[in-house]
Amino acid sequence: MVAAMFIATLTAATLRVATPILLAAIGETFSERAGVLNLGIEGIMFLGAFVGFYVADITGSLWTGLLMAIVSGALLGILMAFFTVSLRVNQHVSGLGITLLASGLALYAFRLNYGGRSTPPSIPPFEQIIHLSNIPVLGTVLNQYLLTYIAFLVIVPLSWWVMYRTSFGLKVRAVGENPEAADAAGINVFRIRYIVLAAGGGLMAMGGAFLSLAQLGAFTHGIIAGRGWVAIALVIFGNWNPSKVMLGSLIFGGTYALQLRLQAMGLQLPIPYETFLALPYIVTIIALVVAGRKASYPAALLKPYHRE
Amino acid sequence: MPLPKFRLEKTGAPLWFRGLIPVITLALTFILTSGLIIWGKANPFEAYYYFLIDPLSGRVSFLEVLVKSTPLILTGIAVTVAFVSGYYNIGAEGQLYAGALAAAWLGTVLGGVSTPVAIPLMVIGGFVAGMAWALIPALLRVYLNVDEVVTTLLTNSIILFIISAILNGPWRDPQSGWPQSPEIAESTRLPQLVERSRLHFGLVIALIAVAVVWFILTRTSFGLKLRAVGLGKEGARFAGIHVERTMLIAALISGGIAGIAGYVEVAGIQYHLIGELSPGYGYTGIIIATMGGLNALGVGASALFFGLVETGAQTVSRALGVPVYLGEVTQATMLLVILGMFLLQRYRIRRV
Repeated sequence: MVAAMFIATLTAATLRVATPILLAAIGETFSERAGVLNLGIEGIMFLGAFVGFYVADITGSLWTGLLMAIVSGALLGILMAFFTVSLRVNQHVSGLGITLLASGLALYAFRLNYGGRSTPPSIPPFEQIIHLSNIPVLGTVLNQYLLTYIAFLVIVPLSWWVMYRTSFGLKVRAVGENPEAADAAGINVFRIRYIVLAAGGGLMAMGGAFLSLAQLGAFTHGIIAGRGWVAIALVIFGNWNPSKVMLGSLIFGGTYALQLRLQAMGLQLPIPYETFLALPYIVTIIALVVAGRKASYPAALLKPYHRE
Repeated sequence: MPLPKFRLEKTGAPLWFRGLIPVITLALTFILTSGLIIWGKANPFEAYYYFLIDPLSGRVSFLEVLVKSTPLILTGIAVTVAFVSGYYNIGAEGQLYAGALAAAWLGTVLGGVSTPVAIPLMVIGGFVAGMAWALIPALLRVYLNVDEVVTTLLTNSIILFIISAILNGPWRDPQSGWPQSPEIAESTRLPQLVERSRLHFGLVIALIAVAVVWFILTRTSFGLKLRAVGLGKEGARFAGIHVERTMLIAALISGGIAGIAGYVEVAGIQYHLIGELSPGYGYTGIIIATMGGLNALGVGASALFFGLVETGAQTVSRALGVPVYLGEVTQATMLLVILGMFLLQRYRIRRV
């Protein structure tokens, strides 16, 4: 029973930890499938976490906060599209520029609105939705935030369906593989990339807002802590396929949840606890090496499209 | 979609326009950030006075601009070497910490040597440490084709955990209990350049690095190979250049120079290693390298300007109560504006 409970709490934590990274990674998957590497992801998640928190705090509505976070992410996605699609600027540098801009904006606004307080501000977060306390093991696993259910049961299947079963998904893949041919076939390369970057930005910001609105009920400087970069690695690991990206997010989430459990159990280990904090990042790099060898990058990734 | 109504034609911009680029960039950045300053209940013109002019008007604050520029010159130059070869080293931040770690250790064991001996030894120590931390992503990129952008970003996170483990473990200050390494020996500190200021010999090291990198990139056959690889791997390979080895060396030199940035911050300013040693100098280095046009001298100049922005952000925060993060927003805005400007410099807008 103890072992079953351990596995149950571990599984529950895995799903919780994986949620924000999964949402962001799905957003990145679409962006890259359309040919744009969006390194703005870390900053978009950070600003999404702040906007969600701030709007929820002043309006008293968590859902309004979430909605505005998604809008902020979509706007940053459009800004990214403006630079990489319209101006055809180097994607690495403009993505990092977006990350720095979004992080700076969030920190500026946070200091401006909450700077004078001695205790960190917090809001009552989303609640976990299923309370089956009489079913010990299953109840623990299923007791998740609604957003976790939405991420795994709605967004992943939906994005897989859009990507592989709709004409829009076909256009996205065509634009990322061979924009010249797509253009010749009458697809508006620019429009597809704008739409995908906006939607992807929205998902990234939603991932960030999950952390501030559900998991923490607060906004802190270290709230994203490299999760955006992990998401980018997961996209490569998942070979730009939403369901494999989900698998990757569960591996990362599992490693992270395991270190949380080990810390919570207070085991006296001969190695510093930072080893466990670093472990998910190391596992991500190893996964990248293993998967990266047979990774098939979208052929037009990083290449701006010139219409001759 | 109304966008393709204009066409960009590839052409050199007229010379008068190139001269105007810095002016237009600054004006656009001012306009774009002034809304935030007004939100912070300050006058944008007054704020920009404190931001960009006030720091240059006094001796103390002017020297402080040079102090802030020192690590930025080094990270900017470090990023330049890698980017020129087409290796996207986003790991300067982590490599800086690796160099700082080495310097904090050397500073405690080299207590017996004199300063003129300690400086070159510690420069080498910082360089080797930064290089070592850059090695794994570089090898993965060159031999296994694993994207270096992602791995260098991930290794940036990892080294912060290593530093935290060391500062909370073996190096925790026994007296205060603070997570900071023991103070480095007096003789291993970088000497002051100007009396009663924080300006230290690290600036000279940084300027030497600019000169060396400028020389390598423009006056040696290795520099030519670097640029050839950066312009196109296939073409470079066709020209008989060993692409993998060239890129690997560029990545390692880049990491090494970023490591020296960590050394100068430890030995010139802090005198011990702390977890908050760098407020993102490695990332700012990417902006600086881009704005300097990946030209060593341009990068040096743009680092001095960013030293001004870093100092000015603190001045404006003290004077007007505007959050100090105005500095970050301004840097990022300026980067994005100038990226657009570079494009206009290379192309001309034509109505179709």
